[in-house]
Amino acid sequence: MLSRTADNLYWLSRYTERADFVARILDATMRLAALPASYGGERNEWEGAVAAAGNLDEFKRLYSAVNEDTVRDFLAFSPNNPSSIANAIEVARENARAVRTALTTEMWEAINGAWLELKGFNGAEMNREEFARFLEWVKNVSLSFDGSAYRTMLRNDAYWFTRLGLAIERADNTARILDVKYHVLLPQTERVGGSLDYFQWTTILREVSALTAYHWVYRQSVKPWLVADLLILNRQMPRSLANCYELLVRHLDLVADAYGRRGPSQRLASAMQARLSGTKIDGIFALGMHEFITDFVSENNKLGAAIAEQYLV
Amino acid sequence: MGRAAFDEMTGRPNGQAAEGVRSAYAALKEWLETCPPDFFDTRRSQAELFFRRIGITFAVYGDNQSTERLIPFDIIPRVLTKPEWELLERGLKQRVTALNAFLGDLYGAQECIKAGVVPADLVYRNPHYRLEMLGCPPPHGVYVHIAGIDVVRVDEDTFYVLEDNARTPSGVSYMLENREVMMRLFPELFAQHRVAPVENYPDALLKTLRSVAPLTATRDPTVVLLTPGRFNSAFYEHSFLADKLGVELVEASDLFAKDDVVFMRTTEGPKRVDVIYRRIDDDFIDPLVFRPDSVLGVPGLMAAYQAGNVTLANAVGTGICDDKAVYTYMPAIVRFFTGEEPILNNVPTWCCREKEALSYVLDRLPELVVKEVNGSGGYGMLVGPHATKRELDEFARKLKHDPDGFIAQPTLSLSTCPTFVASGVAPRHVDLRPFVLTGADEIRIVPGGLTRVALKEGSLVVNSSQGGGTKDTWVLDG
Repeated sequence: MLSRTADNLYWLSRYTERADFVARILDATMRLAALPASYGGERNEWEGAVAAAGNLDEFKRLYSAVNEDTVRDFLAFSPNNPSSIANAIEVARENARAVRTALTTEMWEAINGAWLELKGFNGAEMNREEFARFLEWVKNVSLSFDGSAYRTMLRNDAYWFTRLGLAIERADNTARILDVKYHVLLPQTERVGGSLDYFQWTTILREVSALTAYHWVYRQSVKPWLVADLLILNRQMPRSLANCYELLVRHLDLVADAYGRRGPSQRLASAMQARLSGTKIDGIFALGMHEFITDFVSENNKLGAAIAEQYLV
Repeated sequence: MGRAAFDEMTGRPNGQAAEGVRSAYAALKEWLETCPPDFFDTRRSQAELFFRRIGITFAVYGDNQSTERLIPFDIIPRVLTKPEWELLERGLKQRVTALNAFLGDLYGAQECIKAGVVPADLVYRNPHYRLEMLGCPPPHGVYVHIAGIDVVRVDEDTFYVLEDNARTPSGVSYMLENREVMMRLFPELFAQHRVAPVENYPDALLKTLRSVAPLTATRDPTVVLLTPGRFNSAFYEHSFLADKLGVELVEASDLFAKDDVVFMRTTEGPKRVDVIYRRIDDDFIDPLVFRPDSVLGVPGLMAAYQAGNVTLANAVGTGICDDKAVYTYMPAIVRFFTGEEPILNNVPTWCCREKEALSYVLDRLPELVVKEVNGSGGYGMLVGPHATKRELDEFARKLKHDPDGFIAQPTLSLSTCPTFVASGVAPRHVDLRPFVLTGADEIRIVPGGLTRVALKEGSLVVNSSQGGGTKDTWVLDG
């Protein structure tokens, strides 16, 4: 297939995944910010949301205050934020339009329909209830797009490149949350009466839609190190780093087998997968969680660049 | 306006009591009269929704309001009988055969210039005459693989060719999608009529393209469709056709030439390309040869083409046939190259480069339609009867300044078809663009084509960029 087609498919998936991620961050932040101060509310959660889902420097250049209104605008609707939900849907649809022929009708209708509907939402005039419905709608867009890809695409390189885009983006998103919130996940933050942080932890789980999953996996109350374990190392958890790398390795291998050639991206992905499966969460804490995450983000970006170099240009 | 137009449903000039009906339209007329109005309203909004969902849009240059909009679709089909179509088909084949022979001659022996069939300066000074093509015949000698010949009707028996589109004619996706929508919305109507199918067009196009692969290609040649990209007004059509053909939709940056061979960049490395169905103009094909400022082209593509290692469809240099001054010589060209009388005639045309014609045109400007010889898409034309005094004066000045640049035609009473408008069903002027495919083996035409309709009352301009709409075109089989 054309390199450009693969590139468009890859970014199409990345941006639909990103729209979903930003919607989850906003949703979870709204809940957290609504809590009374004694439960951890009223701290500036909105700044954390921007740090996780956008670019704080860019935000501060555009707005004078960090509050619900400005963050909502920046993350959901702003044309100046490349990762805003509106922009992500726009870019996804542009990519889809460029490779209309490589998509199934269902995929095209999911993304084109979303793009058409998006014009009907007016961010500035939304009350909280309407905004919550908007976020729900965004999550449904990603669900129906991803679902139609899964249900209708031929299992060939076109499909594999959509999976690669999704997995790289997801790994990056999960790592961003960990990067912003790692301090509340460290074991030493569990102080006497540490329930103050309980809502921070559950917020993180909500952001990756894993609150219920947590209980099924660990069968105990929410502990910060187990949250970290779930998000980084648990292979059953769809948004964990370990699971994303399983996906990446599998689909890169499929591509390599089909084309009869392996390259740097296969090597980088396998190396990271080996690292994740050979590690325990205690080891990560011992060596420094922040360092681990920073290193992961940079390796993940390297893999993205390697995939681009090897297949997309 | 001259005399009243021929209405294809009633068979009578407009304005007269519309009681009669031509037999081809009998069932349709009854359908229009018996179905309740809200039935049509629902169907029209369903059709619109369908077009929006599939993303069939058209960008209008210079319109900042919306980069993508729908071409209005009218749900009342336009009907042609089998004998009418057979006449058109014969005429179209003859005309396209002549066009191909004409181009082969212009870039070869130039007999038609020596014989005085066309004036030499009209050829040599034409911006679309490409010296690069001299003595360089394209694979299998075919120049115009895909032609869109615009045909208008003026009465029961007379069809005229309005213009020849031999560069990169567009609109065929509308022909196919209009039929698709109609079959979904009105299965009952199709059961009542025997409508010749058009859905085999992509198959015929692919056969045509594969038949003209260069001799250096393998038995399974690689065909691609070259688009200027998704910001082009016809991008939907490009992607639609690539999909139906099952070929890659490439942009210039996806291609490169090496040692006079063209390749595309794929995830598995370079892959050789044999036939390029290009939907970009000559000027933007190869910055080394044509426009150095163009970022659209593929450096080295022209050299590979001249070396005979790749086929371009259509060939470089076919634009000269779109020239409206050359058009005026088409009847003579048809006679010269086929030895037959033209089956389809030209609209009577004054070629302003001829002195007598110019003074006639200047005298009668308010009655005439004046077109730029190199214009297209309905831009830069004057419709005399609808023009203001100022527009008339301005065109008179232009004509005197550059008579070679213009032709003039009488304001034809294009035939009308019943069409849904705000006030109900009313006659509106239509034209027809059939698509003629020429391969190394044969000429293929699917029955019908794209009917364009001028939605404004009395308007004769059917171009989609000027507010025209489209209709499904039915050729009744028997």
